[in-house]
Amino acid sequence: MQTVAEKRASAGAAAAAARRARKKTQPWTIRILPPVLFFVAIIGVWYLISYVVLDPARQFLLPPPQDVIIEGFLAEEARADIFSAAWESLKVAVIGLAIAFVLGSVQAVLMSQAKWIENMLYPYAVFLQTIPTLAIVPVIGFWFGYELAPRVIVCVIIAIFPLIINPLKGLLGADRGLHDLMTLKKASRWKRLTQLQIPSAMPDVFTGLQSAAGLAVVGAVVGDYFFGRGAIGLGLLISRYSARLQAAEMLATVLVACALGLVMFWIFGLLGRRIVGRWSDAWA
Amino acid sequence: MTLDTQVAAPAVSFRQVTKEFDGVPALAPVDLDIRPGEFVSIIGPSGCGKSTMLRLGSDLDAPSSGDVERSSDNVGYVFQDATLMPWRTVRRNVEFLGALDGLPKAELRDRVDRALATVGLTDYAHLLPKQLSGGMRMRTSLARSLVLEPDLFFFDEPFGALDEITRMRLNQELMSLFAERRFAALFITHSVDESVFLSTRVLVMSPRPGHVVAEFEVPFEYPRPASLKFTPEFAELERQVATALGEVS
Repeated sequence: MQTVAEKRASAGAAAAAARRARKKTQPWTIRILPPVLFFVAIIGVWYLISYVVLDPARQFLLPPPQDVIIEGFLAEEARADIFSAAWESLKVAVIGLAIAFVLGSVQAVLMSQAKWIENMLYPYAVFLQTIPTLAIVPVIGFWFGYELAPRVIVCVIIAIFPLIINPLKGLLGADRGLHDLMTLKKASRWKRLTQLQIPSAMPDVFTGLQSAAGLAVVGAVVGDYFFGRGAIGLGLLISRYSARLQAAEMLATVLVACALGLVMFWIFGLLGRRIVGRWSDAWA
Repeated sequence: MTLDTQVAAPAVSFRQVTKEFDGVPALAPVDLDIRPGEFVSIIGPSGCGKSTMLRLGSDLDAPSSGDVERSSDNVGYVFQDATLMPWRTVRRNVEFLGALDGLPKAELRDRVDRALATVGLTDYAHLLPKQLSGGMRMRTSLARSLVLEPDLFFFDEPFGALDEITRMRLNQELMSLFAERRFAALFITHSVDESVFLSTRVLVMSPRPGHVVAEFEVPFEYPRPASLKFTPEFAELERQVATALGEVS
């Protein structure tokens, strides 16, 4: 049994599905061409600066793209250095992100359970967010040395804020009406948390993970850069290449660092769409 | 009103109930009994304390003074929004309250099947709320409370956000449901037509602070045919309610 209004509404749903499909099947002139053109423009400007703007004697400041590829990615030694550094940094970023996720989620859950806990922890979450990395890195090195642990700690400090704030917003933003129903049924705090608040927070959790994934890579690279010793990650490698005026290798390393951040961002975007996109408009 | 409903203990009774918000009185002392088999509508302008009455009646809020007594904790509650869990299918949404009540699995499954059949959503049980129309979402919401087989039902403008066609249809279905099960109901609405069609009694409320200014018994037998709305008796009662409402808004 379907009323007229429902038929109309399901027609509306069909139209929405068609809109989504159209988004996927946009003509390539709209979907592919503009970013490609923009990329070509960037490369063009790059060439222009390398060959026209810069005096040949100063071309080392911005070597042309093919040099970055040849000297950075094709030369055996540089490639090996860059990929081993990328692996070191990826390790730090992933471990840091995982720890930040666990700590952030626990803190968000605690803060969602009582106003006084929220009031107690919130200023310090903000404080953590505003610590200048430069100021904290020597302190962490002083306490924890210069190997994996301190790098991970820097990474956690830089990445954790969105992993507290976004889940917290989601946990507190659960529908009032559903809360009322829980109250009517005298549901326990645990049921409220697990059946209502945590599922409600999932879209925000993924938003937080996505921001934090990029930040974790930044944290890994920055920590590495400032420690200046220990296993060589991307930050340290960039600083070495820069000191030796190896601009092509340096730029290649920077590109890899960007790519790392992008891939992490993309992976969590994909996970978000797969896991909550089914029901959440924000992730559809 | 039948002798039966007069004798039965009230499903919910308000005794000199008042409510203040930050010292501002929202509800003047209200007395109201709703007995099993009574469908009471409250109609009134915005801010007249209609929703406050529901929240007090269902124990979501405590009165500032006076007493609210309910004979049973088995209450259904339907909001203006369907308030479904968007991550759960229709079926899992309908299970929600029954599961919280700890109904045994087999019993819950039976009741969910029946509730889905009652609201005509059996074939849509596997869909997510966002795949449904507004009317279907509201039916899901209704089914969720039907699973409880409640003795007392609270409705907070449940059909207020729906288009007129869906609203008429759902009015008809709710009326049939009431005709069959005879629970006690407190129904908040902005619609004179809806209140007269559904109810055994209509209360008109006035704001600042909220109090009942007029009360109408609706004498029509259940089940009520849709054609009832075209009878002079119905029109006359509607006119009286609308007049009372006009005086307060």
